Amino acid sequence: MSRPDLAVEVRGLVKRFGDVEAVRGIDLDVLAGETFGFLGPNGAGKSTTISMLCTLLRPDAGSARVAGHDAVTERDDVRRNIGLVFQDPTLDGYLTAEQNLKFHAELYGVPKAVVPERMRLVLEMVGLWERRGSLVQTYSGGMKRRLEIARGLLHAPRVLFLDEPTVGLDPQTRASIWRYIEELKAQEDITIFVTTHYMDEAEHADRIAIMDQGKIIALDTPAALKASVGKDRVQLQVDDADAAIAALRERFDLEATIAEGHVTVAVDGGEAFVPRVFAELGVPIRGVSVARPSLDDVFMSYTGTTIRDAEAGGGPDPIMRMMAGRH
Amino acid sequence: MAATTTRPAAAPPVRVVVAPAGWRADLRGVKVVWQRELIRFWRDRLRIVTSLLQPLIFLFVLGGGLANIASGGTEGVDLRTFMFPGALAMAVFFTAMFSAASVVWDREYGFLREMLVAPVRRGSIVLGKCIGGATVASFQGLIVMALAPLVHVPYSAAMVLEVLALQLLLAFMMTAFGVMFAVRVTQMQAFMALMQMVVTPLLFISGALFPLSGLPGWLAVLNRLDPLTYAVNPLREAVFAGLDLTPAAKAALLPGITWFGWQVPIALQVGVVVAFAIAMLSIAIAQFKRA
Repeated sequence: MSRPDLAVEVRGLVKRFGDVEAVRGIDLDVLAGETFGFLGPNGAGKSTTISMLCTLLRPDAGSARVAGHDAVTERDDVRRNIGLVFQDPTLDGYLTAEQNLKFHAELYGVPKAVVPERMRLVLEMVGLWERRGSLVQTYSGGMKRRLEIARGLLHAPRVLFLDEPTVGLDPQTRASIWRYIEELKAQEDITIFVTTHYMDEAEHADRIAIMDQGKIIALDTPAALKASVGKDRVQLQVDDADAAIAALRERFDLEATIAEGHVTVAVDGGEAFVPRVFAELGVPIRGVSVARPSLDDVFMSYTGTTIRDAEAGGGPDPIMRMMAGRH
Repeated sequence: MAATTTRPAAAPPVRVVVAPAGWRADLRGVKVVWQRELIRFWRDRLRIVTSLLQPLIFLFVLGGGLANIASGGTEGVDLRTFMFPGALAMAVFFTAMFSAASVVWDREYGFLREMLVAPVRRGSIVLGKCIGGATVASFQGLIVMALAPLVHVPYSAAMVLEVLALQLLLAFMMTAFGVMFAVRVTQMQAFMALMQMVVTPLLFISGALFPLSGLPGWLAVLNRLDPLTYAVNPLREAVFAGLDLTPAAKAALLPGITWFGWQVPIALQVGVVVAFAIAMLSIAIAQFKRA
C-alpha cells in the first residue's frame, strides 16, 4: 500500500489534547526529493503534526508513513531514516560540536568507518568545521542552529524535518540557513519537510501546505497558490487620496483602500492597469507600484485574516482595537 | 542498475547505512550516555569540589567538633574513624544526586529530546545515566577513601575493593532513585528542594553518622525501612574489618542490622540494596517511557 515515490504519506491524522482537537484529520503526500513547506500561524497544529510524523506523539486516529515506515508500528525504522531540527535547541552546551556529533553518530549507529568523513562533510556544509573543537555554549544562536542542521544530517536521513529552523534568527542568518538547505538539496538525495510561519520563506519550497486551526486549507506550489489568489496589488502615490479613491470607484468600478499610506487596489493584470490609470484617473499621480500576490495574500484569501492577526488570536490587534475605541 | 543518475564528482555523498535496531543499538545507547556523563563530570570541576566538600565538612568539622562529647560512647574509637564510612557513603550520595539532576537540566536545555528521539530503547538511556552516575560517584568515593590514614583507618586491598564495589552499588541505586523523580520534575529548583527533603532524612536515618545500637524504637523501625541502611552498614563492616576493636567497642559501634531480633547477614544486606536498585531502575525506566 505504500508508494515508494512518497517520503511522507498521511491519512486522516488526528491528535487531541483533552477537549482540544489540535490536528483535525489531515491528509498529506510529500514526494521523495521535494522541499515541502508547512505553513501556518503559531498554534495551527504544525508542530503537533511534525511530532506525530517523527514518532514523538501517538496519533489518536489516522496513519502516517514516513520514509516508507509506519510512524506508530515501525517507530525505530522511522527514527533511523529521519533527521530532526527542532524549534528549541537540543544541543549539549558543555560538549564541543564534535562531541555532540559523535554522540549522535553513535546513538544512530552510523558505522565508525564513515563517521569522520561524514562529520567533516556536514560541518563544512554549515561552515562550522573550523569551530568543531569549541564548546557549543560559546556558539551564537545562528551557529547553534547550523550545528543542529549538521547533526540532523549526520546519519544521512532520507527525510529531514526542520521545525521553524529560522525562528528567532536575524535576517542575514535566516538567509544563510536557507542557502545551506538549498546546497544540501543539490548534494544529497533527500526530502525536506520544513515548517515556518514566515511567509517569505515558504517561497523556497517546491510545494506548500497551509495549515490553520488543525486543518490543511491549501496545498500546491507557491506559484499556483499565488495564481489562485489572482489579483495583483497596485499602489498609487497621490496628493489627494480621497479624490483618487472616488475616481477609481467612478471610472474603474474599483474599491480602493489606504494601506501603508498609499491608495491600494486589487486588480487582475496589474501591469496593463497602470497605463490606463494614468490616462483615465484624472487625479495627478506621483508614483505607482505593482505587486504580485504574496503568500501573505494567499493566507489572507484562504483564512480571511493575515497570519499576524491569526497569531494574535484571530481578532484585530488589541492596541488597534483600543485606539479605535477612542474615536 | 547502470548509469541511473549522474552526480557532480566534486562532492560524492558518503553512503551511510546505519545499523539496525536491536540489543547492539541499545548497548551503544548505554555506552554513549555513560561516556557523556563522564565528559560532563570531568568538565565540571566545581561540581567535583562541591560534592566533596560536604562529606569533608561532616567528617572533620562535625566529627572533630563532637569528638570530645562523644568520646564516652565510642569506647575509645575516634569519632572521625567511626564516621568515615558515613563520609564514604555521603560522597557517593551527593554526586549520584547531581547526576540524576542532570536529567532535569537536560530537559530544560533540550538535550533530553535528542536522546528521546534516537532509535534506541529509552531503558538504555536510563541505564546509561545510572551507570554514568555510579562511575562518577565512585570516583568521588575514591578521593574520600584516600583520606583514610587521616582518620586512623589502615588500607588493605580487600577494604578498598569492597568499599569500591559497595560505593558503585550505592551510587547506582541513588542515581536510579534520583532519575525516578527527575523524570517527573521539570524545574531544577523543585528537584533540588525535593531531594533535600527526601535525601537528608534518608541519610540521617541510615545510621551513616551514628551507631545502630540503642536507638529509640521508632528510629530503629525507620532505620530498617531505609534502603541506605543496607549500604551503609556493609561499608562500615568493610572499613572496620581492618581496625583492632575491643569486643565492647564492636558491640557498641557495629551491632549489625537485626530484623525482629534476627541478625541480617551482610550478603542479604547487599542483596537488599541490589533489589532496591533494580526496583528503582525499573520505575525510572517506566517513568522515562512515558516522558
